[in-house]
Amino acid sequence: MNVVVVGLNHRTAAISMRERFSLPDEKIGEALCRLQAHPHIEENVILSTCNRVEIYAAVKETALGIASVRRFFLEMAPDLPENTLLGSLYIYTGGSGLQHLFRVASGLDSLVIGEPQILGQVKDAFEHALRHKTTGVILNRVFKKTLSVAKRVRTETRICEHAVSISYAAVQLAKKVFGQLNTCAVLLIGAGEMAELAARHFMSQSVQTLCIANRNYERAVALAQTLGGIPIPLEHMRDQMVESDIVLCSAGASHYLIDVSDVLQVIKMRGNRPIFFIDISVPRNIDPEIHTLDNVFLYDIDDLNLAIETHLRLRQAEALKAEVIISEEAERFSLWFKSLAAVPTITALRDHAESIRKAELEKVLGKMGMLTATQREAVEWLTTSIVNKLLHHPLTAIKEESTSPNGSMVIETARKLFHLDPASPVETHERSEGGAP
Amino acid sequence: MIASAFFFKAVLLCYFAGTALFSFDLWQERHRRQNPSDPNGVSSEEENHAATRSQRLALWVTAAGVLCHTAALILRIGAAGEVPFTSLREALSFFSWAVVIVFFWVEKRYRIYIVGSFALPLAFLFLVSASALPNEIRNVHLTLMGTWLGIHTTLSLLGIVAFAMAFIAGLMYLLQERLLKSKRLGSLYHNLPSLSMLDQWNQQAILVGFPLLTLGMITGAMWSEYATGAFWSLDHPKQWIAIGIWIFYFVVLQGRINAGLRARKAARLAILGFLGAMLIFLTLRPA
Repeated sequence: MNVVVVGLNHRTAAISMRERFSLPDEKIGEALCRLQAHPHIEENVILSTCNRVEIYAAVKETALGIASVRRFFLEMAPDLPENTLLGSLYIYTGGSGLQHLFRVASGLDSLVIGEPQILGQVKDAFEHALRHKTTGVILNRVFKKTLSVAKRVRTETRICEHAVSISYAAVQLAKKVFGQLNTCAVLLIGAGEMAELAARHFMSQSVQTLCIANRNYERAVALAQTLGGIPIPLEHMRDQMVESDIVLCSAGASHYLIDVSDVLQVIKMRGNRPIFFIDISVPRNIDPEIHTLDNVFLYDIDDLNLAIETHLRLRQAEALKAEVIISEEAERFSLWFKSLAAVPTITALRDHAESIRKAELEKVLGKMGMLTATQREAVEWLTTSIVNKLLHHPLTAIKEESTSPNGSMVIETARKLFHLDPASPVETHERSEGGAP
Repeated sequence: MIASAFFFKAVLLCYFAGTALFSFDLWQERHRRQNPSDPNGVSSEEENHAATRSQRLALWVTAAGVLCHTAALILRIGAAGEVPFTSLREALSFFSWAVVIVFFWVEKRYRIYIVGSFALPLAFLFLVSASALPNEIRNVHLTLMGTWLGIHTTLSLLGIVAFAMAFIAGLMYLLQERLLKSKRLGSLYHNLPSLSMLDQWNQQAILVGFPLLTLGMITGAMWSEYATGAFWSLDHPKQWIAIGIWIFYFVVLQGRINAGLRARKAARLAILGFLGAMLIFLTLRPA
């Protein structure tokens, strides 16, 4: 038994290729069942996001399993040249597969390192598979472990702490000035898409009030309704600034909407309270000179981008810590995993012995004539206990040795000694839990 | 005496180590901020690791120091038979002890270790100044007079310790403000608390310090009345300085509450006020 990972991501495949394989939520179920129908696939989970399509499968025969998953990829895009596709697929098995999954869930493999959405996507992928019953003992345990490892990475490193989006960087900067934002009043100038996005981030910090000023007053009213803010006419913007701690400007005007003399008046009326301007409009709509005034902070889009770059570097430093945690966890988990290698052998050995016992018993019972129920039971008991006692030590040894370095050798020897391989266990012990015909 | 001197030296050593470690920490942060162009971030990882370790080490060393310091102070009080922080040496030593104690309280309560990078150098500076002074115990009789004196000096010193905290908050405020203004958003910026929090600390420290100073001055006047027959003597510079400090902080508090004094100006005033309050030490007898 092994776990294999076959997939492609933003590093190995361009968007034009990734979109061919991307599976929306409503198609995932069907795909899961289709893959489950492939021979050699015991369990499977499909993770499909905009940056990656990956298939996690539990297989009995590693090579055959990989071939099945590859064939599944080829079937999804039959017109693609085979070599192009196979060239962009990466394959991990066993321990390195686990490590890969842990890294993906922790956001280490993401385009933006440490981004938190991927964990939710991994969780969703697992839940889809659970709902369509394409997972079993192995992948259930693997994915539960993954979620806990990702959580550990998040709590023990600061990989998610530093903001890497413009809006979030603005929120974090505002927090460094005002502490908690729940006592802050925000003034939003402009009602475009960027303005709305940034305003949403501030609203999620439960700011006290959000006023929206826009040249087109109707749009301000409409946006205020969706966000739960207060629309104000653009002429009242200066008066409103006196009451506002954070002024967020994304107006798209061709000139400065706020200049030094405006702000001088405003800070005079505000006493010594700091005021924080964020200008994400291009061209800029706030005179950069105001930054030199006391208790006035102005950040434009370049400043925020610079902050994001710094944060990305900090995240990379944290990522190294995360890698340590992940290899540690992967190593520990693969011990359990190695012990799984023994399971088919143990089952095969038991079944093998049981079939011999049954066959021999049938022969003898035929010759012995009529037996009473008690006698029959005694013979059954006798044969069973001989078989069990004979098998006890070999089975324990296989179980214990399987996690040791020469585990595979022990298993191989056992299979040879008991002649288990001609009757391949693949057909006799189909354990698929649905989807398979 | 010998035990007391031994403890005193141990404290000096611990505070020195604490100061060095905490300053190293600060420097590390700065270093990291200025060299962020490390291609793979390997060295910043190591530095970051060392920083946390040095912080933890600094905390332990400082804790050991403050224990020795407490022992030294108790021995001193035992030997003198009273609480007489009247000489410059004793006052400085007590002051240094109280700064470290308050630092530990802040550290435990707010988990902002970076305060140590400011509080420890201050405590060390004061203790070094104390150690440069002769170490003698005068014979002061255990009288009602002596008790009043002890209460007066302790309260006044604790008031100044609170002002020292406001001073540190003010320094951190100006530093953080400068970082925000210059848009250098490195680790130091990340480790320093928000401006509004620092402003609140500043205010709270003065709100605690002002009543302590007031009580200290009242008990001082009472002691003066017992000792010299007058609440107030015009020719004593200490009293003029004390009244000056009191008026200064009264005006600051007044401005805070009624005139919206806060932020950058308040931070600067907290620094100025503490530097002024330091003058009081100059008027004390060396030993």
